Amino acid sequence: MSSTSFGEPAIETLEHQLDTAPTTPRRRVKRKTWQTVIWFIVLIAVTAIVLYPLLWLFLSTFKPNSEFGQNPGLIPENPTFANYLKVADGIAGVPMWRFFLNSFIIAASSVVGVLISSSLAAYAFARIQFKGLGILFAAMIGTLLLPFHVVIIPQYILFNNLGWVDTFIPLILPKFLATEAFFVFLLVQFIRQMPRDMDEAARIDGAGHIRIFWSIMLPLIKPALITCSIFAFIWAWNDFLGPLLYLTSPENYPLPIALRLYNDASSGGADYGATVTASFVALLPVLLFFLVFQRFLVDGVATQGLKG
Amino acid sequence: MSTTATRVIVTGEKSSRRSLLRRGRPEGPLARPGARGRAVRENLAGYGFLIPWLVGFFGLTLIPMAYSLYLSFTSYNIFSPPKWIGLDNYIRMFTNDPAFIQSAQITLVYVIVGTPITLAAALGVAMLLNYRDRGAAFFRSSFYAPSLIGGSVSVAIVWRAMFASDGPVDSGLSFFGIDLGGWVGNPALVLPMMILLHVWQFGATMVIFLAGLKQIPKELYEAAEMDGAGAWHRFRAVTLPMLSPVIFFNLLLGLIGAFQVFAAAYIISNGTGGPAGMTNFVTVYMYKRGFSDGQMGYAAAIAWVLLIVVAVIALILFRTQRSWVHYSGDNR
Repeated sequence: MSSTSFGEPAIETLEHQLDTAPTTPRRRVKRKTWQTVIWFIVLIAVTAIVLYPLLWLFLSTFKPNSEFGQNPGLIPENPTFANYLKVADGIAGVPMWRFFLNSFIIAASSVVGVLISSSLAAYAFARIQFKGLGILFAAMIGTLLLPFHVVIIPQYILFNNLGWVDTFIPLILPKFLATEAFFVFLLVQFIRQMPRDMDEAARIDGAGHIRIFWSIMLPLIKPALITCSIFAFIWAWNDFLGPLLYLTSPENYPLPIALRLYNDASSGGADYGATVTASFVALLPVLLFFLVFQRFLVDGVATQGLKG
Repeated sequence: MSTTATRVIVTGEKSSRRSLLRRGRPEGPLARPGARGRAVRENLAGYGFLIPWLVGFFGLTLIPMAYSLYLSFTSYNIFSPPKWIGLDNYIRMFTNDPAFIQSAQITLVYVIVGTPITLAAALGVAMLLNYRDRGAAFFRSSFYAPSLIGGSVSVAIVWRAMFASDGPVDSGLSFFGIDLGGWVGNPALVLPMMILLHVWQFGATMVIFLAGLKQIPKELYEAAEMDGAGAWHRFRAVTLPMLSPVIFFNLLLGLIGAFQVFAAAYIISNGTGGPAGMTNFVTVYMYKRGFSDGQMGYAAAIAWVLLIVVAVIALILFRTQRSWVHYSGDNR
């Protein structure tokens, strides 16, 4: 979690006040302290509301099936690991590890595709003065705002005609063709901030764009590439519509579609425990990613305007 | 999902955009006699680097868009060739398909109610976090987490369980004597429940607001305070105008993103859009028509209506931008 401490708000504001409060320091210090206390209380209340669903999810994985609908609270009355054992067996004759593996293959390939295609495109947009740059860049920005739904039917027809339905190709190939403009845009913004001295020096020494891209630019934009990787992974991991369209046999399902099987089964009043536990297990990698990389992610959002 | 030019917008840095549009070759020591050969090489390099993007842009975006426009004027079920029927799909949509009208209505309610509430919550919490630096990072991360996972199936399942009859929300409200029953099966409450799920993901928007707030020079607030401006007046006179580029950005992407809600509605309603069609958002309806009923032409027409609505909203926002968005550090 954060390195920032909660302690001693009073002292900190007091020091702050010593510099800035010219008149009646004591009364203003007192007011400031109270404001800080209220600040913490309000924010802790908001945190409790915001994180409650996730905490409820986690603790509910230990509730036996009979407690759903009886015990809406956080704490399981008869805690059990049975849900986890059930979930490990999977659903529709496919074990859980298989769904994980499928999700992982799709997400990891997406990362590779996004990194290669987006960095190439971003370098061209940011550093090469070619004819037609202006209009192509505008087109790329336009696709940022384009609702994806307008292309899913033709894309489906295309991939269907190519015989790629029920394979991972329709999910992965677009990533290798830089169709997610966010990543291109993010990298363009990042490359533009890099000083041009180094690549101009390299050009005078006779280096071409491929050399400059490979040995100068890629090392420079490493932080942005990491941000892209994390988001590409999480988005592919959470994607529901793509696999819903293209994957038909259960052994090819990634986690979101497997969860749908649990969800549909549980609507008949069957197995809430397994559904909730499978949901939590599917979310675990993303939550771990978040805990490890949170500063990276949040700072990426703050500086680049990249949303989750 | 969604994104864009916050950096450009937040910092008002126009120079990079201008340098991009400046297409001529650099003057000075680099402009040598072999400039013509260099221009050719630059063009080759540019298009070479862009090959993957160009294939994707034309092959998976532009041509499919055109094809989907064509399909929207046809009757097509993927098994037999498309049959041209002119404007029939569009006419049917608006005159003879109550399910579409309802779908459009609930989508608009969701977008028009959900987006401003989300923005207001995000701005409110961002201002709260901006009050003080120490301790803020923890809260900032905590509030951001839902944005990262909000679109996932897992969260939809949790939401469904939270708002079920005798679920945590229902029993919590009963404790205060409010007996609403389950939200999930109640046509009057399921849309508010979906909006709450949207608002719950205010974190990413908040982080962008917070970054914008940090850019506002402290002197402006001090000057306003000297002039005797109260908190509300400072908010109106300093915060809102200085933040207007970020508000514009968040509003634009928030509206466009909200139109595309799909997974949560699909999961919460088991793919039906129920109860009583109250989660049958345009995206869900389009999916059902195209992929469950095999009416690809009709679904393409629905998608194009969605695109046109989104484009019109974006256009209106860009048009009105001049009157309420202030770019500082810009000589406008």
